[in-house]
Amino acid sequence: MTVASYCGYCGRPRAEGTHDGCARRLELEPPRYCAGCQRRMVVQVTPGRWTARCVEHGETSVATWGGG
Amino acid sequence: MALGGGKRTGAGAGAAGAVSLPKGGSHMNTQNSILPVRQDILAVAREQVLDRGEALTQAQVLQVLRIPDERLPDLLALAHEVRLAWCGPEIEVEGIVSLKTGGCPEDCHFCSQSGQFSSPVRSAWLDIPQLVEAARQTRATGATEFCIVAAVRGPDARLMSQLRDGVKAIHDAVDIQVAASLGILSQEQAAELADMGVHRYNHNLEAARSYFPMVVTTHSWEERWNTCLRVRDAGLELCCGGLVGMGETVAQRAELAAQLGALEPHEVPLNFLNPRPGTPFGKLPVMAAQDALRTIAAFRLALPRTILRYAGGRELTLGDLGTRDGLLGGINAVIVGNYLTTLGRDPREDLALLDGLQMPIKALNATL
Repeated sequence: MTVASYCGYCGRPRAEGTHDGCARRLELEPPRYCAGCQRRMVVQVTPGRWTARCVEHGETSVATWGGG
Repeated sequence: MALGGGKRTGAGAGAAGAVSLPKGGSHMNTQNSILPVRQDILAVAREQVLDRGEALTQAQVLQVLRIPDERLPDLLALAHEVRLAWCGPEIEVEGIVSLKTGGCPEDCHFCSQSGQFSSPVRSAWLDIPQLVEAARQTRATGATEFCIVAAVRGPDARLMSQLRDGVKAIHDAVDIQVAASLGILSQEQAAELADMGVHRYNHNLEAARSYFPMVVTTHSWEERWNTCLRVRDAGLELCCGGLVGMGETVAQRAELAAQLGALEPHEVPLNFLNPRPGTPFGKLPVMAAQDALRTIAAFRLALPRTILRYAGGRELTLGDLGTRDGLLGGINAVIVGNYLTTLGRDPREDLALLDGLQMPIKALNATL
């Protein structure tokens, strides 16, 4: 399991500053940065799902509603 | 053009409304004066748009956009009456998907998919099975429209070929109408899209002609306009809208509404800027909800017979309550589910909202 060291929204270390605003933004968008290594991920959004792929840490795929 | 057939359904009919004069001011007519009377814009709109189906002019739209907040409920109610009268009660539901994400050579200042900005969005392509699955997800919501979008200046042969394969695969597997949005088209490409079974093409003006150079520098407003004409000439339904909240003036919003009206698109998607990190517009404030609602209603009065669709940014700009207000203020189409690079509301929430408002979803057989 990947340790969430980095913010998926802004890519900065989670230990630096607050990321409350980032968390709110992540309710309406997928993460763009890998939480484990800070790399920008290749993200694909479809009507009912998002998929994010990190070259180091692999793929995460999340259904955003029941139809996904 | 078409929706509603230009025929009133009866809903909200009548009630020409008493013409009221503005209180005080130099426009006030007096007993012996021959000065022209400047009627209240909502009274004018009621008679002109609701009763006669004649769109507001650019100057009239600007008056509507300047209506004070306390009159916003009256404006929204009138726009809703206009929508019911000239379009009917149905709501058109659509899903969209990005076939090719990111790496776009254009510099649309609102867009996270431009390759010219330091946006975190990376390039990605969907393959055909993923495209078909996305169409299935969309159809599962009850949507009748599925729009395939690519972040490109215009389609090359490879993209056209992939789209042809994708449209065929979707039509073979999913009962849904397919639209496309691939940027600037030649006349031949527009004809090719019609031939492959695309029934509607999206190409937004994005902004008023006078503001466009502040938004895009890599292509011109006229190039967009000409593509829209080619789309219509090819027999495709034209979907053409824009974004508001990009720093334009209200006069430029009225200008955009008038320019869209001149194009007579089948559908107008109305986007509210969602400031994207790394883009030139990334630090702009989110548009105030009341301004967004005023814009919706004004666009309805400028485009009484057109499908007016909630597109991107409504979740951020309007939230749940504002979404409801817009549906009762002129909107008659929604994008459900996720957007191209951002997430939308759970479609079940939107469908429940429509059900609660007793707004029927347009059926597929009604669109064919």
